[in-house]
Amino acid sequence: MVDAPQKNIAIELIDVERSFGRQQVLKKVNLAVEEGTTTVIVGASGQGKSVILKHMLGLLKPDRGQVLVYGQDLAKLRKSQLKEVRKDYGVLFQNVALFDSMNVFDNVALPLRERTDASEAEIRANVEEKLALMDLEGVNEKYPAQLSGGMKKRVGLARALVMNPRIVFFDEPTTGLDVSKSNEIYRLFHKTQARLKYTAVIVSHDVPKIFKLADHVALISDGVIEGCMSPEEFQLSDNPTIRTFVRETMGPIYCSEEEERFIHEEA
Amino acid sequence: MPEQDKASKNPAKWLLGTLAKSLERIGAEGLYYLEQVGRMGIFLFACLLNVVRPPYKLFPIVRQIHFIGYRSIFVILFTGTFTGMVLALQGYYTLRKFGSEGLLGSAVALSLLRELGPVIAALMVVGRAGSAICAEIGIMRNSEQIDALDCMAIDPYKYLMVPKFVAGIVSMPMLTFIFNVAGILGGYLIGVSLLGVPGGSYFQEMYRSVDWADVEMGLVKSLVFGLLIIWICAAKGFFLHLERSGGFGAEGVSRATTSAVVLSSVAILVWDYLISAILL
Repeated sequence: MVDAPQKNIAIELIDVERSFGRQQVLKKVNLAVEEGTTTVIVGASGQGKSVILKHMLGLLKPDRGQVLVYGQDLAKLRKSQLKEVRKDYGVLFQNVALFDSMNVFDNVALPLRERTDASEAEIRANVEEKLALMDLEGVNEKYPAQLSGGMKKRVGLARALVMNPRIVFFDEPTTGLDVSKSNEIYRLFHKTQARLKYTAVIVSHDVPKIFKLADHVALISDGVIEGCMSPEEFQLSDNPTIRTFVRETMGPIYCSEEEERFIHEEA
Repeated sequence: MPEQDKASKNPAKWLLGTLAKSLERIGAEGLYYLEQVGRMGIFLFACLLNVVRPPYKLFPIVRQIHFIGYRSIFVILFTGTFTGMVLALQGYYTLRKFGSEGLLGSAVALSLLRELGPVIAALMVVGRAGSAICAEIGIMRNSEQIDALDCMAIDPYKYLMVPKFVAGIVSMPMLTFIFNVAGILGGYLIGVSLLGVPGGSYFQEMYRSVDWADVEMGLVKSLVFGLLIIWICAAKGFFLHLERSGGFGAEGVSRATTSAVVLSSVAILVWDYLISAILL
């Protein structure tokens, strides 16, 4: 890009291919995530959204191609170096993956306890701060099984952010939540990103709401990324695959009832 | 059916094909087990490497010793006492045939120290702690908690495995010791109080016949068994997702736990023989 020479690329996928058995899930995936922005990966279920995410996390290795994080190829790193890279990561898993035999406080405190030499008082202050940021007070002693789905997600987000990561990954952050709980998560996302200034990668199919958060939207379809562009461009794109996706997922939502009828008649 | 047609036309080719297919199956089976053995080996190496590598954290180890060791004490005392009692009972009637009831103390002590103490104590720990370890780690694997650790740059070997390995190796000899003491006292109870062997000769004979080599053998066995139990049970849970059946869900965990318990029990008895053969 000529008009933005100073944009740093945080994560770059170059020609990533990956098969599971005979099924090729990723066929030459190319994607760049700019530092400080929010990139949303959308796509129908089973198209490999989570697989892309797992490649970025280094949990899966590509059959061919490279995954670069700040210029380092994850596949070529040794275990200890990969660990260094992951110190910049925060992850909110699809099923949250809280440690179910620890209470909320210990869950959020775990990265601090294991990765820093902070004293127990410092840890307490930091954890309380993050929990307060998530509007979670008075749940310190509860166990994950005693929390509602929305609260679990918020605890997961607190845990993901407790080390002030540079890149935060969200795998389907609002799956299984009702509309108001989803909005709550988005609000917290906004609030925390404004404060902590992290790069965000969101995998979601909560279209169109997710577009309000996105700086870039990438559609994965049939193992390839169809364009990585701003939400406005995405919605107006000429690319037939993107057009179909936009029509299918969000067409009727933006229409009034009359327009909707009009669309249906046309179709 | 064109394939059958071909087969009937060329029986040699058909025979060769069948042979190749069964060979292929044997090969695949062999590779699967080879892979599993290799994985277990690397797992053990990684765990032991992390045990000796700093930083050392005491508190998680103490917690695991509490779970594996302290909370097994009651069951160990109980089984130990009864093992000693039955040894005294059986031993008494055997020894009486030779008129040497006085040797009862040494018979009980030697069987316990060299053989039954380490083995039965280890089998009890497999049932109590080994199965729990396998299930706990298996569930963590299934619900992506281990992936979560990885992504949080927390080494699951260091965080999950090291405390369990250290606790297993520390607890097992102590539990064996408790088992032996309980057994010897249980033997005393039956032999001396019930069957009328003179109390002095019970301990006197024991003192004369037991030497350091017997204690050492029991110690070596209990250390090896402690390592074996944690190794097999933890690895079975840790590699749940690589099981051939897929290791999915609650059933996957239960299957892995069962096979961990069976495998570690078998391993204990096999290694018991091997250590005895080497040290005797």
